[in-house]
Amino acid sequence: MEISTKEMKRVSLLTVSGRIDSSTAPDFDKALQSLINANRTQIIVDMKDVEYLSSAGLRSLVSAVKSAKSGGGDVRLSQPSKRVREVMDLAGLNSIFTLYDDPVEAVGSF
Amino acid sequence: MQKYQLVVPGRFESLPQIADFVGQAVRQVGFEEDDVFHVQMAVDEACSNVIEHAYGGECSGDITLTCGLEQGSDLVITIRDTGCPFEPESVSEPPLGVDLEDLPEGGLGLYFMRKLMDDISFQFDPKNGNTLTMVKRRSS
Repeated sequence: MEISTKEMKRVSLLTVSGRIDSSTAPDFDKALQSLINANRTQIIVDMKDVEYLSSAGLRSLVSAVKSAKSGGGDVRLSQPSKRVREVMDLAGLNSIFTLYDDPVEAVGSF
Repeated sequence: MQKYQLVVPGRFESLPQIADFVGQAVRQVGFEEDDVFHVQMAVDEACSNVIEHAYGGECSGDITLTCGLEQGSDLVITIRDTGCPFEPESVSEPPLGVDLEDLPEGGLGLYFMRKLMDDISFQFDPKNGNTLTMVKRRSS
């Protein structure tokens, strides 16, 4: 898994690629929490190149969205693959996270 | 009957290798891509639980996987470890469709395994440890 962070005026864009599983979720978690700890609570996670998202990755996302919302922000997902959407759906999280097909629209949503 | 076996150290780093092994084996016996993904995910969640709970962390023992067809068409996967006994009844099903503040951050792994596979069962004996057997029936 690789993560890059781009700080924009109002939004932080976290671009993730590869597998988010029990092996890599701690790094994913760290990247999300370090933004929230720095009061960057308006976060887009671009998942275009995420091959796999396990329950460990979902745990990181749920923890981050709780913290971000309590700080007045949100965590929104951009370009999730069919498989990522399927996992979100299976976990009943589609009503918690806003999903965007277009990254520009995702960034502009804040 | 075709049967495939993999033995790997019980470490999170082994998870991609396990996913590749399961993907190849399940494709080899002719399952559809959706089923391949579902089995890979169920096995990934199961092996993560073994490392985290049965072994209580990494490097405590091996994980042995077997994958094959039974009764002509059912895919049967077994996952063996020599860790602590796993008691599935101690894991409650996560509440889904609840408000954000009530949303649990864990407990989804076993729920996914049950949703993605047609049958799962756990056995423990002091000599051989835990054996998880999961069955996936071919989509008609």
